[in-house]
Amino acid sequence: MNTVIEGKDIMVRIRGKELLDVKKIGLKKGEIFAVIGPNGAGKSTLLRVMALLQVPQRGEIYFKGEKITQKERIRIRRKMAVVFQEPLFLNDTVIENIALGLRIRGIKHREAIERAKYWLERFKVEKLSNRWARSLSGGEAQRVSLARAFALEPEVLFLDEPFSNLDVFIRESLIADFFEVLKTTGITTFFITHDLEEVMLFANRVMVLMGGKVVQEGTPQELLENPKTDELKRFIQAWERFKFKMLRML
Amino acid sequence: MDTIFEGLKKAIVMLVTLDADIYRITLFTLKVSGLATLISLAISLPAAFFIAIKEFPGKNFLISLANLGMGLPPTVVGLWVCLLLWRSGPLGRLRLIYTPTAIVIAQTVIATPVILALVTAALQQVDKKLRLHIMSLGATPLQMLFLMAKEARYSILAAVIAGFGAIVSEVGASMMVGGNIAGYTRVLTTAIVLETSKGNFEDALALSFILLLMAYLGTMALTYLQQRRHEDEYGN
Repeated sequence: MNTVIEGKDIMVRIRGKELLDVKKIGLKKGEIFAVIGPNGAGKSTLLRVMALLQVPQRGEIYFKGEKITQKERIRIRRKMAVVFQEPLFLNDTVIENIALGLRIRGIKHREAIERAKYWLERFKVEKLSNRWARSLSGGEAQRVSLARAFALEPEVLFLDEPFSNLDVFIRESLIADFFEVLKTTGITTFFITHDLEEVMLFANRVMVLMGGKVVQEGTPQELLENPKTDELKRFIQAWERFKFKMLRML
Repeated sequence: MDTIFEGLKKAIVMLVTLDADIYRITLFTLKVSGLATLISLAISLPAAFFIAIKEFPGKNFLISLANLGMGLPPTVVGLWVCLLLWRSGPLGRLRLIYTPTAIVIAQTVIATPVILALVTAALQQVDKKLRLHIMSLGATPLQMLFLMAKEARYSILAAVIAGFGAIVSEVGASMMVGGNIAGYTRVLTTAIVLETSKGNFEDALALSFILLLMAYLGTMALTYLQQRRHEDEYGN
């Protein structure tokens, strides 16, 4: 499989503190690549660097084998889409917010609206089309946010814990719909989470990040069966204990 | 009390009977102050965008200068511009002193810090995360400026009104660099000063009511837009 996006020797330091030090990271075409780790592990920083939203102090990003220069960042960024944990919209209607990314790419308003409508339907929120985007509930907003990202028909999709702020019922139905869309589109996906369940559900490959450093990389199965460090073992055990407690509460 | 009443009556008569002098002065005032406001906005918008989103040494110093400039006395600006444009001054060759252009220059100097400081504050209030969202959509810096300005449009509109209000009501700079020449550089405020100094309080009052009416119309337009936004957000 061809590598779509790759990061080499990435280092991010803020106010003298090293937040991220990743020697190599690469996403192959069509794969779903998860990055997992506790809060403060540097997951979101890594996503911003890979999505060309933050310039690292050191390191390079390659897109389809070509090194991305400063001049090309916007052009390459237009081949990507990002869904953030907190869906934010401009002060406009839902449909206009979805069409915005397409308008930015120079697509005519009418065509952009048609494409936006299609993706609203795919995410089962077509009835929200003319609603004021900032008046949506959490679940609705995240569905619209996903529709906005898919409407761009990106080559790489970045997800920054998009399901973490939702209640369990909304989360369950959204994950099911999202996974169905993702399967049919086959978009290369980079997603970060602190939930092992999401990794097990979606990911082909997973990278564990702790304290800004890669602790392990492999398939989700390998991670569960053979965690390489004690810290990772404790992380997995904590997750299993939490899941067990949750099951007992139900 | 009678004088105020007579002044109000005269203002209405002047407006209703289409008094040529009054219309000329009012239109000239609108033209000069409107142009100065537009130039100030054209300078302030990109500058405010740069200040709002970039981190650079001296950023706070620059913002504090703009904030200081909000209280710049028009007579001081009038003096500086006058010295610059004076026939023996550095820009004397341009022969701009006592021309409408000179008033536009002076008023631009007065309005720019007001608009710059308020637009900077408005753009800084646009959520940083929203900026990241816009960036992730693939926006160019120019598209980002446009979208951020659209997002802060009501505050920017308020900044424009404040800037326009500051110059349409100033008298010192217009008097010093324009010379209050009848039919050429006379604006409403300088006409009010002249009529007052001549003891024509009714005329001065009439002009002041017209100036107030202009200010009120501007405020009303802003209020209308703000109320419309409220309706939009809640879908009612």
